[in-house]
Amino acid sequence: MEPRPRSFYVLTAFFTLFILFLYGPTITIGILSFQGPGGGLTFPMRGVSMYWFYDLFEQQAVGDIWGSFRRSIVLGFMVMVTTIVVSVMGGLAFRKKFAGSTILFYLIITALVIPSILISLGVGLLFSQAGINVHWATSGFGSQLTWTLPFGLLIMFAVFNRFDKSYEEAARDLGASPWQTIRHVVLPIIAPSLIGVALFGFTLSYDEFARTLLTSGSRNTLPLEIYGMTTNVTSPVLYALGTLTTIFSLVIIGIFLTIAVIMNRRRAAKGNDAGKGMV
Amino acid sequence: MVSPLAIVLFFFLVLPIVMILVVSFWRATEFSIIPAFEFENYEFLFGSPVTYTVFINTFKYAILTWVFTFLIGFTVAYYLAFHIRTQTWQIALFLLCTIPFWTSNIIRMISWIPFLGRNGIANSTLISWGVIDEPLEWLLFSDFSVVLAFVHIYTLFMVVPIFNTMMRIDKSLIEAARDGGASGAQILWNVILPLTKPGIMIGTIFVVTLVMGDFFTVRIMSGSQSANVGRLISNDISLLQYPSASATAVVLLLTVLITIGILLRFVNIRKEL
Repeated sequence: MEPRPRSFYVLTAFFTLFILFLYGPTITIGILSFQGPGGGLTFPMRGVSMYWFYDLFEQQAVGDIWGSFRRSIVLGFMVMVTTIVVSVMGGLAFRKKFAGSTILFYLIITALVIPSILISLGVGLLFSQAGINVHWATSGFGSQLTWTLPFGLLIMFAVFNRFDKSYEEAARDLGASPWQTIRHVVLPIIAPSLIGVALFGFTLSYDEFARTLLTSGSRNTLPLEIYGMTTNVTSPVLYALGTLTTIFSLVIIGIFLTIAVIMNRRRAAKGNDAGKGMV
Repeated sequence: MVSPLAIVLFFFLVLPIVMILVVSFWRATEFSIIPAFEFENYEFLFGSPVTYTVFINTFKYAILTWVFTFLIGFTVAYYLAFHIRTQTWQIALFLLCTIPFWTSNIIRMISWIPFLGRNGIANSTLISWGVIDEPLEWLLFSDFSVVLAFVHIYTLFMVVPIFNTMMRIDKSLIEAARDGGASGAQILWNVILPLTKPGIMIGTIFVVTLVMGDFFTVRIMSGSQSANVGRLISNDISLLQYPSASATAVVLLLTVLITIGILLRFVNIRKEL
């Protein structure tokens, strides 16, 4: 190998600083959440304790953290499943031009770039004028889809742009019905990217609050609870909650990435026997 | 096949936008909103000097954030794409950059408070090093902290598309440039930068729209001391002034769409995916 140029070391230093910039603050509040009972929002640490974590499990003066956590998880899974199904269907459909495909494409882009608070405001107004109560599982759910679907679809577009159509043609030549082609040929091939769509669907929903602000009704999701806490809680209990929900996110990300790695390994192990003279 | 997608977008994107447009012509009383067709909300909006300050502020945040996210994002993507030699390391380091994106933005924002506060880590470190005598007041609850938080949260949106286009650059082009006698800086400027333009544009669209539509970063990080358009809207909402919030929202949406329209002239998104 040729020797590393000097710029490599400069850029490595830059990259390290960038990673520190990304993770430093989160690690700091991770440490600060173990403040002693008398400690404040910043250093010095006044002892080390689990006090603020215990405090989270006590009855809170404001809100309902565990209820909101539960709702966020349920909503996350609802959004995740819907995002996968709708994105795959959309991705398949968008491979051909159809009436209104250009308009629909620009709507997807609009959903991506429209300020979140406009969705919140618009959906909130729509429901109130129609006389329907807003609820996290109806209006909140729909509002979040306008954020997760564009990501899911963009991933699917990227996947199908690189998709080798000759696999499908081969399946068709062998007499597979359109549904069999999708079920046994297309879906297995795109499966690993669906893990990515799932990850986006769940985490974007789990952390979203701008679009749920006016659309979740009286029962909050966790990000809304945290958003409320930023204005009226000034103790490290906020950090304890932040640390817990970040750990939860990291576990979820870890699970998805592990599934992706395992899938790739199995695929590599199974391999392809084409051209090896097997019958 | 597309009907579920079309239904979701119709009910939760198109109809809400139409609703906002309609309500922006309505009248508000203290308790309720009344259907009407008046331009009063818009007259008030354009007649108030606050509106212009707030719009200028919004553009200021967008431009400052764009400059920093672009410089940092490009450098990071360049490092990952051209200096990391094995694909395993590339994927690993790329994931390291993307993981924070899947965690909570609010928590990441709050995390800056122990850093930047009056008695925070930054100030106490600088004092102990003897760089400053008194704590710097402008670290937290200022334009500085707002832009810092934006850069912290949104640089990723630059890294990913730029990295994606850089990975597709044919390495033989760079070798050809080197054989032709180009220096490293010349290759960067004349070969890599032009070929990366689509990625830069996609990143720009993300960063600019996210910053322009934001309302909570500015609230939390400026300590409610400065405002952008998003905050103007969310303030009106909390006062139940939906018609006036809607009028501001319409103007914001038009501003964002015009900005995107201009940016899209430079790139064909569908081709670049």
